[in-house]
Amino acid sequence: MWRDAVLVGGKDLRVELRSRVATMQVAPYAILVLLLFGFAFDQNHALLTQGAAGLFWVAVLLCSLLAVQRSFSIESVDGTRDGLRLSGLDPAGIFLGKAGAVAAQLVALEVLLGFGVVVLFGADLRDPGLLVLTAAVATVGLAAAGTVYGMMAAGLRVRETLMPLLILPVVAPVLLGATQAWMAALGQSSADGWKWMGLLASFAAIYVTIGILGFSTLVEEA
Amino acid sequence: MGSTGGLRARPGPGTGDRVTRILGWSTLVAVAATAWVGLVVSPPDVVQGDLVRLIYVHPAAATTCYVGFGLCALASLAYLWPRTRSWRWDQLAAASAEVGVVFCVITIVTGSIWGRGSWGVWWTWDARLTLTALLLAVFIGYLALRRAIADRRSRAMVSAIFGVVAALLVPVDHEATNWWQTLHQGNTLLRSNPLIHGWQLVGMLLSFAAFGLLFSWLLVHRFRVEVLEDRYEVEGFATAIAERRAEAGPAVGPGVGPGAPGAPGAPSVPAAPAVPVPTPEPASQS
Repeated sequence: MWRDAVLVGGKDLRVELRSRVATMQVAPYAILVLLLFGFAFDQNHALLTQGAAGLFWVAVLLCSLLAVQRSFSIESVDGTRDGLRLSGLDPAGIFLGKAGAVAAQLVALEVLLGFGVVVLFGADLRDPGLLVLTAAVATVGLAAAGTVYGMMAAGLRVRETLMPLLILPVVAPVLLGATQAWMAALGQSSADGWKWMGLLASFAAIYVTIGILGFSTLVEEA
Repeated sequence: MGSTGGLRARPGPGTGDRVTRILGWSTLVAVAATAWVGLVVSPPDVVQGDLVRLIYVHPAAATTCYVGFGLCALASLAYLWPRTRSWRWDQLAAASAEVGVVFCVITIVTGSIWGRGSWGVWWTWDARLTLTALLLAVFIGYLALRRAIADRRSRAMVSAIFGVVAALLVPVDHEATNWWQTLHQGNTLLRSNPLIHGWQLVGMLLSFAAFGLLFSWLLVHRFRVEVLEDRYEVEGFATAIAERRAEAGPAVGPGVGPGAPGAPGAPSVPAAPAVPVPTPEPASQS
């Protein structure tokens, strides 16, 4: 399973590196989203600083949609999805590989967006341990849930419009938990950030389990 | 096709029969009794005044919505389990999710009206409210997914997985008032010392019966529509060809004219069956 995961994940990342879609389109899009938030709250910089955690995670969520759509659109041309089905690779490995590749892209985008909220919104990063751990666990949850629902919609003609409808409500707990944990880490909330980390870890564990157990059916049927 | 208890669809064009008529009249009587107790007999609340009468709609609608989504998950599980796999479970999952969405909308609308009266706002980002809104969004996604997948078998399998996962939100939503600090009040009935008594209690219990009957009535009809839609999907093409051939009459039917099936030199093509073919059950192995 792990060998197959490394194969599929490596393939997806190589495709992204060679096509440069992630670097030339998704990364600029992420920064653009931050700039638009800045334009919207231009008159009130304190509000931008206060809302930096939430705005950061909304931007990550929007980027994760692009990453997941991209991850499955590269399988929709030239019958590559059928090739993946017939390859004999372990479906759980395919899931872990695709989710891992999405997670790797999201981590890179989060680093970029992190610099963005510090520079553009004046956020003050105080508890790096909680920030980094929250980001890591939330990213695993986003990538796993995105890959499960992305696979459900992958073969459909309406996948571009259906995917956000399927994914956004489901990953809303990640937005809530990660924002609360980051607000605690940025000193903007008295809530216990580690409790929200627990929610994020449970979410990630549930979706990784669902992906490992259910991906064979989804690869076959979707 | 097999049957699922009393939910078996009639072969005729409609979805009603004696059972649904009895169920429908029982629903009307129960709704009328609830309205009478709720609006006439039960007294206004000391604190909330007449606003408390929403207690005869909102909790019952919320419970019915949970039942709908829970039933969707159970039917989806039964479809996923190879030994119990049957189109009936897929049809039941689709019907219960749709009826559940209707009751979820009623829950949110009545809750919002209640919130405006008691909290002063139409909406607040409380855990119970937020989770209920998410539940609605997730099941709207479920219905959209079902509409988007054309292949019947893929639709049944993929939406079954989605239905089971989506229903995980139901217990979280129900327990939200216990797990988090919320504005929404906790359980009124399901506790050692229920918070309401007398006619209020009678009215609330009646409302649960009325909404339960309404849910069952809607579910039976919706389920039968689903069965008919599936039949149309499976048999519609063959039936349409048979009807066109019957309209054309024997002179231009199959096997007549140059190049027609059966003519010299033409490939032999079997005629479409005039009688609708039975729907095959899905294979138990994916």
